[in-house]
Order: sequence, then C-alpha cells, then structure tokens
Amino acid sequence: MNGNRIHALILRHLYLYKRSLPRLMEIFYWPLLDLVVWGFITVYLGQFESGLPHIAAFFIGALILWDILFRAQQGITISFLEEIWSRNLMNLFASPLKPGEFLAATIIISFCKVVAVLIVSVFVAWAFYSFNLFVLGVSLIPFILNLIIMGWSIGILTTAIIMRYGQEAEVMAWGMVFIFQPVSCVFYPVSVLPGFLQTVAHVIPAAHVFEGMRAVITNDGFPLPELMWASGLNALYLLASILWFHHIYDVVKAKGILVRVGE
Amino acid sequence: MSPQSPNTKSLVEVRELTKTFNGLTAVDHISFDIYEGEILGLLGPNGAGKTTTIHMLLDIVSPSSGNVLFGGKNLRHHREEILRQINFASSHIAMPFSLTVEENLEIFGRLYEVPHRKTRIEQVLEELEMTSLRSKLARTLSSGQMTRLSLAKAFLTQPRLLLLDEPTASLDPDIADKTRTLVREYQRRFACTILYTSHNMKEMEHMSDRIIFLNRGKIVATGTAQEITAKFGQRDLEDVFLTVARNG
Ligand SMILES: Nc1ncnc2c1ncn2[C@@H]1O[C@H](COP(=O)(O)OP(=O)(O)OP(=O)(O)O)[C@@H](O)[C@H]1O
Ligand SMILES: [Mg+2]
Repeated sequence: MNGNRIHALILRHLYLYKRSLPRLMEIFYWPLLDLVVWGFITVYLGQFESGLPHIAAFFIGALILWDILFRAQQGITISFLEEIWSRNLMNLFASPLKPGEFLAATIIISFCKVVAVLIVSVFVAWAFYSFNLFVLGVSLIPFILNLIIMGWSIGILTTAIIMRYGQEAEVMAWGMVFIFQPVSCVFYPVSVLPGFLQTVAHVIPAAHVFEGMRAVITNDGFPLPELMWASGLNALYLLASILWFHHIYDVVKAKGILVRVGE
Repeated sequence: MSPQSPNTKSLVEVRELTKTFNGLTAVDHISFDIYEGEILGLLGPNGAGKTTTIHMLLDIVSPSSGNVLFGGKNLRHHREEILRQINFASSHIAMPFSLTVEENLEIFGRLYEVPHRKTRIEQVLEELEMTSLRSKLARTLSSGQMTRLSLAKAFLTQPRLLLLDEPTASLDPDIADKTRTLVREYQRRFACTILYTSHNMKEMEHMSDRIIFLNRGKIVATGTAQEITAKFGQRDLEDVFLTVARNG
C-alpha cells in the first residue's frame, strides 16, 4: 500500500466533484427525496396508528440506515464507473498503482460520501420531522459502521462484475444492493420471513443490524450478539470481496479486456 | 554509438513472449531486446500483435508464456518497481475528460511519485507548449492537443522506457510532424529508450534506430530500415510492408 498513490486517486475524484454540480446533487438527491416521501407517510400514519408508538422511528430510522448501505456501495462502484466513462483504466493500471490501492482509495471516497449524506439526512429528519436519529443512542454508531462495510463488500463485488462483463453490467451499480433488501429486513423483523429466507437473513450482516436497531428503539437492551454477528460476517465478506476483485483483475488481464472495458 | 555495438546494454529483454486469446495466437514466441537509449520501431500490419506486445510490457495484459525482463528484473515479480520507470502514450487512449490539463498532470505526477512535481509539471507544460492550455478541461481539447496531453503525462515521469502506440495516428501532417520532433527532442535530452509503433513508413524510417517487423504474431525481420529493405530485396520499407502483408 502506497499512501501517495491512494492520495492521487482521491484527489482525482475531488477534482471531479469540485466542478460537477450534477455529481454533487446525485449524492444527496435520492436520500433526500426518500426522506421527504417516507417522512410524510410516517407523519400521516402516525395520526391514527396510535398502537404503534415507534412507527416514525422505525421507518425514518430504517430509511436513513438503508440509504447508508446503498450509498456506501455506490461510492465504490461509481468511482470505478467514472474511470470507465473517462477511459482512464489503462492510464491507471499501467502505472505502478496496485488493485488494492485502487480499492483503498474508492473505500475512502465512499466513506466521505456516506458521511456527507448521513449528516444531511440526520439534519433534515430532525428539522422536518423532529426525528433525532441519535436518540437511538450512540450505540447506533457501530451498527452504522457495519452497514457501511456491507455496502463496501457489495460495491467491490459489483465492481468486479462490471470489470469482467463491461458496460452491459453497468445497471448492477444501481440494482445490486436491492437483491439484498428483502433479506436485510429493513422495515420488518426477521420473524415475518418464511423459514428458508430466515436462514438466508441470518448470514446477511444488514439483517442483524436492523434487528439490533429495532431492539435499541424498543429499549430491549444493547443487542451485543447482533452486533457480533454483523461484524463477523462483514469481516468475512469484505475479505472475500477483496480476494474476488483481485481474482477478476487477473482474469481480465489474461483475457486482455482490462483495457477494453467501456469500449 | 550505434545501438547494436557490442557494449550497448539491453534495457528490456523479451523472451519467448506469447499471448493466446481463446485459440488465436496474437503474439507468438517473440524474443527481442530493446537497447538503452535507442528508438525501436515496431512495424506490422493490422492485427500483427504490436499493441498486445506493448500491453504485455505494461503488465495490463498477462502473457500466456514467456518473460519480460527490465533492467534484468522480471516484470512478473517486480511490477511496481518497473512500472515506475515506464510510461506510455497513445492516440487511442484519452485522459480524464473532466479534469484540466494541469490537474491531470498533478494526478499522474502523484501516481508515479515524480520528484519535485510542481517544477516538473511546469517544465513539461513548456516543453510541449501547453502553458496556455493548463486550465482547459481535457474534454475541450482538440485531438491533437489531447495527444500532446497524453505525451505530457508520459514525459512528466521521465521514464527510462517510453512506449508510444501510434502516437501520430489521427493527427494532421503538421501536428504529426511536430509530435515527432517533440519525441525526438525529448529522447535526445533525456536519453530515454523508446518503443514506437506507426503505420506511416516514412515516419518509421525517420524515427527508428532499429525496426522489428512483426507479422501474425511473429518477428519476420529485425534491423535498420536499410537492412530490412535489403533483406527483402525491395526499394523501400513501404514495399517490404506490402510484400509481407500480402504474402505473409
Ligand atoms: N482482448 C482480446 N481478445 C481477443 N483477441 C484479441 C484481444 N486483443 C487483441 N486481440 C487480437 O490479437 C491480434 C493482435 O491484435 P493487436 O491489437 O495486438 O494488433 P496490432 O498489431 O496492434 O494491430 P493494429 O495495427 O490494428 O493496431 C488481433 O487479431 C486481435 O483481434
Ligand atoms: Mg495496435
């Protein structure tokens, strides 16, 4: 790992975002739109569903958290797509840059984007719906980190697929995380899933995060086992996705298509 | 000093290099040396394997078999150390569009850890007469200017080996001529080693100290333009090319 080269790639993206309003907007557009629509639905439901006192917290909280995962994944995948769009992959990978350094840079960029979205979303939720994400406690932070890391794993997995299959696979950049949404149990507990899907949910880090979040909201104590599960699974998946990326990098070099991605 | 004189050192030794793309052998057990300080022309018809060879020298295409040694070290095992000392330019590869000329150089300067980066960027901008273009977005450059930016990126890192894949394709004769002069001047000043491809025979004769003639992945001749012309009993390189391309 070479810090100067990682720094170079981060700077490259800062230059890009510095003068691109559409790119900056894109970061905030969907999270805010989601928040507005779901926020009003929650406000509306809150008027007569007195039986569910935590409904606002459940929905708005879940929404913000799911967006974190989505943004973390996008941060990774879009950084790679930017290089495809500007036909820059050959310039990069014919330099001393290592694939691991490339990933490290995209991970840092992704983290910055997520933090930006998180700050804005939390502020908007608080300003418009008086929903303070952190009434859920600072205990939420390790859960948020786990969502970010799961987003990275999916992002790296997706990036490798795009590198291998080219532009036809580009749609995955926007669709891939949603395959995991039903079993991540964002808006409902794992227990509502049919048996076999519950088994699947148990190996999805995000499902443990959202179970944990519900436990925090309903004051069921700090859900340490859920956190441990999420962290353990994440460590495994992140490692696997990085190894997978390196493997695909070797495959595309052997097939001679690294330089042709995007053509 | 003639590049073939016995005391000339090889910077690059290519040994039995082969690349097969599902059944098609694009580069077929080629071996050659690139001597320190020479301009070596790589000549051959479309599909001969020139670009594939260059890509293997840059380690973005991995060889099916064979080796590339740079300064005696195997590219396979010393990738990072070797790629720091190589750079390339091609009229087919653009530079990031949404960055200015200067920002592009800044990024690649950092990526290659160029010493005294800021000063070097200024030098390169002047060498390539790009000072007035420094704040222009790459997307607004003409294709000739883009090629110059690509060359600037390559010169910036002062590589020991410079790989130029059709640097003058798609340039008008005037700009192409200027580009050749720039490359020549740069080569003289920094005594760097260059591997050069082109489909322009005049350019090939004018630029190259030595030429390797590649056809269907195999080396069919090596030597100066005169030597190759003589070997095939032809008038000039163009006739040699036509003979080889048409009769294999
Ligand atoms: N990634 C790839 N997958 C399959 N075949 C490939 C790939 N890259 C190159 N080839 C094939 O290998 C052969 C050599 O191609 P290469 O690009 O090296 O030729 P070239 O000498 O540079 O030709 P040109 O003068 O047209 O640039 C061609 O037949 C080409 O179709
Ligand atoms: Mg070519």
